[in-house]
Amino acid sequence: MWHNLARLFKYRGLIQSLVARELKARYRGSALGIFWSFGNPLLLLLIYSAVFKYFVPAKDNTVQPYSLFLFCGLLPWTWFASSLNESTGSLIAGGNLIKKVLFPAEVLPIVSVVANMVHFLLGLPILGLFLAYFAYADVPPAADGAPAITGVALHAAELVWLPVVILVQLILTTGIALALSALTVHFRDVRDILTNVLTFWFFATPIIYPIASVPQLKQWLDLNPFTHLAVSYQEILFHPQNAFGHVYWLLALGAASCVVFLAGYWLFDRLRDSFAEVV
Amino acid sequence: MAAAIELVNVTKVYRRYGSHHFATLKSALMQRSILQDLKPSETFHALTDVSISVPAGSTFGVIGRNGSGKSTALKLVAGITKPTSGTVSVKGRISALIELGAGFHPEISGRENVFINGIMLGLTKREIEKRFDEIVEFAELRDFIDEPVKAYSSGMYMRLGFSVAIHVDPEVLLVDEVLAVGDEGFTHKCLDKFADFKRRGKTVLLVTHSLGLVERLCDEAVWLDGGRKQIEGDPKRVVDAYIARVAQQEENFLASEDVKALQEQPAQPPTGLDAPVLASDPTEDVTMAAEGRWGSRLVEIAQVGLLDAKGHAAHVFYSGDPMRLHMRIRTQEPVDDFVFGVGIFNAEGVCVYGTNTDIEEFEPQSLSGDAEVFVAFEALDLIEGTYKLDVAVHKRDGVPYDYHRLLHTFRIKSRTKDVGVYRPRHRWDFTGSVSIKPRP
Repeated sequence: MWHNLARLFKYRGLIQSLVARELKARYRGSALGIFWSFGNPLLLLLIYSAVFKYFVPAKDNTVQPYSLFLFCGLLPWTWFASSLNESTGSLIAGGNLIKKVLFPAEVLPIVSVVANMVHFLLGLPILGLFLAYFAYADVPPAADGAPAITGVALHAAELVWLPVVILVQLILTTGIALALSALTVHFRDVRDILTNVLTFWFFATPIIYPIASVPQLKQWLDLNPFTHLAVSYQEILFHPQNAFGHVYWLLALGAASCVVFLAGYWLFDRLRDSFAEVV
Repeated sequence: MAAAIELVNVTKVYRRYGSHHFATLKSALMQRSILQDLKPSETFHALTDVSISVPAGSTFGVIGRNGSGKSTALKLVAGITKPTSGTVSVKGRISALIELGAGFHPEISGRENVFINGIMLGLTKREIEKRFDEIVEFAELRDFIDEPVKAYSSGMYMRLGFSVAIHVDPEVLLVDEVLAVGDEGFTHKCLDKFADFKRRGKTVLLVTHSLGLVERLCDEAVWLDGGRKQIEGDPKRVVDAYIARVAQQEENFLASEDVKALQEQPAQPPTGLDAPVLASDPTEDVTMAAEGRWGSRLVEIAQVGLLDAKGHAAHVFYSGDPMRLHMRIRTQEPVDDFVFGVGIFNAEGVCVYGTNTDIEEFEPQSLSGDAEVFVAFEALDLIEGTYKLDVAVHKRDGVPYDYHRLLHTFRIKSRTKDVGVYRPRHRWDFTGSVSIKPRP
């Protein structure tokens, strides 16, 4: 297993080009191309803004503007959910490679995760733009007329944690993706189970509601690893004025994610030999 | 010479698809053999105790029928699957031409696919850049390399896949029945490339149904049947043994077909076919060449057999062999108006030859009880293929006693793949300033 893990490092070039291929192939033939990676989150955010401003004004005043709060959790969730959805089918979709080419199978689910991470990363600047805009707009100008930039400045101090959150999510997602993709080869049911589990999981994570609004459920939500990712994103991006208090939870989750990754990889490695025959 | 590829007592057992997912997943996780949990009825032996040693620098052929384990052997050598027991060892970088362009993505250009495919096959980006022009040139795709692969014809697709795989420059090249990828010209280029490989001392493992290729290219060959090694060694010897076995099997198959044909219920003659087919021009009725048997059965052809030179029953003959057709006749009541006829049809339904005793001016006198009729063909100068026989006994005006339409089959085998319906005996002579010699 350790040997295979080391070999995985050697395949980074392959992963890189497959991710590039995935992204290229996705936008090939569309007139706007890679713009959609920015355009999709932008349009989604505009729609949410309109919906929660005019159609269903959010009742919870603790998180305003609500659409931005929602987006801070939704963007990473989309990365997480689509990674898992795509990677579960990746070994079956890539069956031709596994059966006909000597090919390190773990590359396939990893490519799904990384390709979705790229989409996530491309969505971040859009979110950042909106956050910056609201930070300016919400704080009344100081007496001497200089723009108040305190909100954004605090932002910068906490932003150093953002890569850590992303890294933790990457490790966690990859671990789960490896395990699920390997299991799907044997049980196609995993895909359908996953779809439903993800729906439940989404609502069991404080994405559409702030965790503070459900104190009675907090101990349950704490058991959900994605809670801590979502709360971390929200604290870093949306509540810059508070100190990043969730950092210990995040570090604990980081350690747990490494365990999940190793467990996922172990499972994958054990089942590896059966892929070419069962796929 | 050291062995480049070595299989020692290799057995590969596949699991049949059933409902035993849980058991197999458990065993996979425990890293036990999957097969321990399975009954023999749930497994399939693709290879049984096969040992093959391919010397470095040689070209080695693997032949056998479909399902004989050839491709399994290749996958084991490629490392795609692991043997159930035994060991497989390979020295040097492998490139496997098992499925061409297996990793191509249809939406992106040929250029990008070359890079990704090359990386998949173990090249670095720089190595591919260096060979890129050569790859494209070899695939004859210079004008299309920036088109998305989905726009390629299947030939272009295969050529590009082949070109990338062969430019990986492996120590060991595994080839699975992929030489049929292009037109004549491209096939020749591929063969040249193999020859080039050979010259540079690389090892080639070639799985193919093309026996001629094995004889021409390979230094050694092995014949697998039912997952077991039958014979290994000089390609000519291996191929001959294989052909002999195939002929034997066809023989058995055709013999069983004959038995079936005679047991069938008599068919009604096609309307308008009361006319004596063999008495007139037999080719007229080719359009109605439905199999069947009809007639009054006053005189019956009870048995039809084909005999080879030694007088043994046979169904497979080599072109130029003698053949004797044998009919056992049973008569209900004595008759004095009878004609025996025979016709040979090829697979397209073309009458290759037809004759009867009336055409050849025999005068029937009397026929009663049992009789036997022999037609001796001195030499079957026919091209390779499957032939069907009409045999009949009928009155001179054509009213049939017993007519067997295309019920009996035999095969002609030939080393020469010439074409036509008939092979006139011939010989090539050359004089003057021409230099030409038979291929070894």
